Amino acid sequence: MHPALLGLFTIIFAVAACGLYFYGSNWVLDKVLFPAKGPNAGRNINRANMIRPWLFLFPAFAALGLYLAYPVFETIRLSVLDRDAGNAFVGLQNYQQMANEPKFWEAVRNNFLWLLVVPAASTAFGLAVAQLTDRLAWGNIAKSLIFMPMAISFVGASVIWKLVYEARPEGTDQIGVLNAIYMAMGGGEPITWITVPFWNNFFLMIILIWIQTGFAMVILSAALRGIPEETVEAAIVDGAGPFSIFFKIKVPQIMPTIVVVWTTITIATLKVFDIVFAMTNGQWETQVLANYMFDKLFRANDWGVGSASAMVIMLMVTPILVWNIIQVRKETR
Amino acid sequence: MAAIDDQGPNRGSFVTSAQQVIKGLYTGKASDDGIAGEKSSLGLVTNLAVLFLVFLWLFPTVGLFVSSFRTADQITSSGWWSALSTQEAQNPAIRLEGTETPEGDLFVIEGQLFDNTDTVVTAWGWSSRAPEDFAPGETAELRGGEMLTIEEDGAFRLSNTVSFEGERLPRVFTTASSPPEFTFENYNYMLFEGSNESMAPAFFNTLTVTIPATIIPILVAAFAAYALAWMEFPGRALLVAVVVGLLVVPLQLALIPLLQFHNWIGIGKGYVGVWLAHMGFGLPLAIYLLRNYMAGLPRDIIENARVDGATDFQIFMRIILPLSFPALASFAIFQFLWTWNDLLVARVFLIDSTGQTTVMTNAIVELLGTRGGNWEILATAAFVSIAVPLVVFFALQRYLVRGLLAGSVK
Repeated sequence: MHPALLGLFTIIFAVAACGLYFYGSNWVLDKVLFPAKGPNAGRNINRANMIRPWLFLFPAFAALGLYLAYPVFETIRLSVLDRDAGNAFVGLQNYQQMANEPKFWEAVRNNFLWLLVVPAASTAFGLAVAQLTDRLAWGNIAKSLIFMPMAISFVGASVIWKLVYEARPEGTDQIGVLNAIYMAMGGGEPITWITVPFWNNFFLMIILIWIQTGFAMVILSAALRGIPEETVEAAIVDGAGPFSIFFKIKVPQIMPTIVVVWTTITIATLKVFDIVFAMTNGQWETQVLANYMFDKLFRANDWGVGSASAMVIMLMVTPILVWNIIQVRKETR
Repeated sequence: MAAIDDQGPNRGSFVTSAQQVIKGLYTGKASDDGIAGEKSSLGLVTNLAVLFLVFLWLFPTVGLFVSSFRTADQITSSGWWSALSTQEAQNPAIRLEGTETPEGDLFVIEGQLFDNTDTVVTAWGWSSRAPEDFAPGETAELRGGEMLTIEEDGAFRLSNTVSFEGERLPRVFTTASSPPEFTFENYNYMLFEGSNESMAPAFFNTLTVTIPATIIPILVAAFAAYALAWMEFPGRALLVAVVVGLLVVPLQLALIPLLQFHNWIGIGKGYVGVWLAHMGFGLPLAIYLLRNYMAGLPRDIIENARVDGATDFQIFMRIILPLSFPALASFAIFQFLWTWNDLLVARVFLIDSTGQTTVMTNAIVELLGTRGGNWEILATAAFVSIAVPLVVFFALQRYLVRGLLAGSVK
């Protein structure tokens, strides 16, 4: 069957199945199991209302359980098994093997670099743009344009930036902006930026910062607007300049939002795989954990070590996970 | 182009107030905390700084966009930023071609070097060591005794006393200034003609992945969100916490277990698998966004409907769902962008060895590998894949922003 046709049928089928499930199960509950009439009407209504939430929740939580919760435990299990030895239990051997690979430590080191630089830079740029555009007549258009990279795929962004980093042999016209500027400033030889060990990590990070700044900007700009005017006015009356107003009055007040933005970008950074995969595929010392894991799982076919490295990613996310849950519990209380 | 509107909707005051509840921080008024006595020089600096940032942010994308309309020769001979100006550049060697006509005792080949008739030759040569030896209109004697003349407009006349039959015609080097030139040929090639590398099948595959993967989770999540927002049952707070926790779980963990699961239930790699995976991975955000929004709807309406005897199913379908449209729309945009731009999930759950089911992101990654230096191909392919999300983004930006604010700022 043509895929587009298949897609159309799936949409119709899925919508119909959902409608049928929710309508049908409610109907069965109200009309067959606990009809709201007869001598037990009152008790029946109460019973039906006890069951109904679970009818509403079931499909979503079944999917969540299967697609997100179960894999966490299954990955833990796979990380202590050896697939080649018929899924024999090998304890921490996979972790040990992983720890002996220099490529793994390179990935860990780079991941920490990414975590240090990307969320900080994106948040800082986002905050700066949010503050600067706040009072501009064309601020909304400027925001819109800076927000735009969010719609571009990591792969598309990689192609865009690859052109920026492009190097042509010496003596010919440079078609990559960075080298063109470098040569115009009197650089000796054009540099192939993404193959320079260590520094190339930063050239890859720029791509993610470019994408994430818009996100930070949108949320921080809303937070800045939420600051009560009185505090700012009081500071002006007391003779504070624009910079001290920004750093001493505004930033402390939106600190909670800055933290939220920071953590959200941190999560995105940890999971990012596409940029490294498309730009260098981990060559020239740019490996990161997500790409290392993909390598192990699908190229080396080593599920044990692949799962072990997935667990390392999970471990890095866990503090954020716990913090998120604590925050939400505080708010819903 | 719709500019970002985080001023909030100017629709019914009731919906507005509901949204303000969830946004919390958001005040709903135009911010004009113009600092009294602010110096105008600072205003100028601000303007320039923002202008510079916008320029910095747009520059890379514009570069690729311009490149996608240039020919391969132009891209490799000059930076895209000079594409708009007339440029003088040394062209790659062009091998003469044409059919000879006898003219007296001479055999003559005449023709045009350039397709673009506005090109002006400033110098030319027949050897790579002396590519600028001759001026336009001059006649040179080549190694085999041939006489070659090249005019300013690129017309050439090659003559010899013996026939050119069976001989390779000479190459010429030209330095020419050519006016800006743009072409749709790259798009034509990538979309319709380049049968091997055409993006058309990948485009439709991406669409096939994206649309069901956007619609299905919304349905499932909306019911769950309603239950979590408005139904009383034990363990509700715990379930909300579970959803929030799952927001953070890296989907990398799910790859192998789910691939095993898909193989086990017999769907293997294919569309069904990728739809299910996108649904599963999209659900936490969907439930979270929709629950936050629905919980902010006014209690009166729902309680009045209950008193009037409406069932939960009716309340959901007739009241909650229509009122939640902004939240539904913002999640739909997120999920659409995410599934359209996805590479990892498609590589793991969809793309099989036949290569028939590749999506655009994957097609581009493959082009990066095989055609790394062919910028006309890469740029065009990238822009074909970027076009749809950009249109969606600029058309529906205000919903996207609302969704972000509802979901992230508490």
